[in-house]
Amino acid sequence: MSKLLFIAFYESDLSAAPGFAKALGIDYDTFLAPSVPSDVFAKELAKIATGYSYIASPSSMKSKDALPYLAGLLDTPMVTDVISVVSPTTFKRPIYAGSMIATVETIGNPVVITFRPNGFEKGLPVSASTVTLEFTEASNVKVVSESNRGTGRPDLGSAKIVVSGGRPLKEAATFESVIGGFADSLGAAVGATRAAVDSGIAPNELQVGQTGKVVVPDLYIAAGISGSTQHMAGIKDSKVIVAINTDANAPIFEMADLGLVGDLYTVLPELQTELKS
Amino acid sequence: MQMKVMVPIKRVVDPYAKVRPLADGSAVDTTGAKFEINPFDEIAVEEAVRLKEKGIATEIVVVSIGKSESEEQLRKALAIGADRAILLETDMVTDSSVIAECLKQIVSTEQPALILMGKQATDDDANQAGQMLAAKLGWPIATFAAKVEVNGTNVSVTRETDTGEQVVELVTPAIITTDLRLNEPRYVALPGIIKARSKPLIRQAVTTESSSKVNMTHVELPPSRPVGRKVGNVAELAAAIKERGVL
Ligand SMILES: Cc1cc2nc3c(=O)[nH]c(=O)nc-3n(C[C@H](O)[C@H](O)[C@H](O)COP(=O)(O)OP(=O)(O)OC[C@H]3O[C@@H](n4cnc5c(N)ncnc54)[C@H](O)[C@@H]3O)c2cc1C
Repeated sequence: MSKLLFIAFYESDLSAAPGFAKALGIDYDTFLAPSVPSDVFAKELAKIATGYSYIASPSSMKSKDALPYLAGLLDTPMVTDVISVVSPTTFKRPIYAGSMIATVETIGNPVVITFRPNGFEKGLPVSASTVTLEFTEASNVKVVSESNRGTGRPDLGSAKIVVSGGRPLKEAATFESVIGGFADSLGAAVGATRAAVDSGIAPNELQVGQTGKVVVPDLYIAAGISGSTQHMAGIKDSKVIVAINTDANAPIFEMADLGLVGDLYTVLPELQTELKS
Repeated sequence: MQMKVMVPIKRVVDPYAKVRPLADGSAVDTTGAKFEINPFDEIAVEEAVRLKEKGIATEIVVVSIGKSESEEQLRKALAIGADRAILLETDMVTDSSVIAECLKQIVSTEQPALILMGKQATDDDANQAGQMLAAKLGWPIATFAAKVEVNGTNVSVTRETDTGEQVVELVTPAIITTDLRLNEPRYVALPGIIKARSKPLIRQAVTTESSSKVNMTHVELPPSRPVGRKVGNVAELAAAIKERGVL
């Protein structure tokens, strides 16, 4: 019988389970993964994996770390960042930083998948049975320390509004007060470009794009962001994209629904006031 | 102490170039495209060279699996500072599992202590090969590395995570996949590339019997976004945002 094993690395992943199972047209079990090194996770999961035809989890750095290891152990096909299910063996996924969409065919079972939840219906699992597993394997990796920089702000991946800043913010303190302050006035999450992360203006977990997080807010405000393909890869599915940039020819204006040519340092405070009125 | 570092690299279309599907959607149109080392792999090469400059790595072997033209990227890696290159020549388009099998083949003869490789390639964005190789070899792996410190057979890696950073320790032989913040690769001028021509590059045949389990059958452009508009001032912008009902 065809069945999906849905893996939640985070509690928030759970709401993506029923929609993805529905797209596959099959039943599912859920498994809430404990926080263990990926080799341990994969070795334990490999013991029960062959009872399933699909093993899937929403795309995150955690799932992208652990699931390929599992696919490698099982020697089964793996598809990263699925955006739609065409048939039981055919999936669509972005390639080249989202510049193109590839259709791929898989050969073999179980198929290991990470997927972008926004392409699928949301809802909490109702009747799914929960798998429990005892973790007995030892890891060959020693975790020394872990930072969990909770920002007290909404989570980037699920936020309704995201405000992001780029290279011109220059310093971490400026980024925090200008972008962070404006975001807080809207109850928004904060994002950043790679240029901002690279230059230490913003922490790495805020990076949005091809190699960072994918966001799907109703409103995405990009301040001082040029609009590179790599950045746009992470924001394309936002409902409304607003761009504020001093350069009228910046590529971001080609993708933005609303654009304003102007200096973010004057525009953002004024916009904050206008939006409140 | 000897420490051989192996760095697998992939030839990819320049990540800053615009690419499109072929008219029949059968594949990506790469006619006339400029090719580069996958940026993440170039970071891996740079990291290996820095380890050698610090006197930690003793030899750097770069490996590529692909068309004959991949020699160009291997030569560039040699110019950055790798010592020798191996090209596993194949015209087949392969998925990550086959790449992992091919790399395993090379590991069995080269026996590196450390494998540094990109976390993903900018063409297929798969993010799989390193982890699959680790699973097949049974070696420890640290993905998404932002910092690497080697101390004898101990390697300490700062990894990027969904919520911040994690520090892990591994014992060699081990695999590390690189993230963008790890380093900024040096610029290599043309004379350096020409000089690297004398470094050894050997071509080998692929011997693995495994075949792709994921095959691309079609490529298309994503749906385009509706054309937007520029507004004249902040008041107009605020009004337009409110009108969309997205607050
Ligand atoms: C392999 C690879 C992966 C990558 N992955 C990502 C990724 O995931 N995410 C990502 O973001 N990038 C990624 N990049 C980097 C990407 O190519 C760009 O370099 C980066 O997005 C640029 O960031 P930026 O827009 O902040 O900076 P810039 O391109 O420098 O743009 C800054 C913009 O700010 C404008 N500006 C300057 N001053 C002001 C002001 N006072 N007010 C308003 N506007 C102002 C300028 O006109 C300019 O348009 C990747 C690159 C590579 C090679």
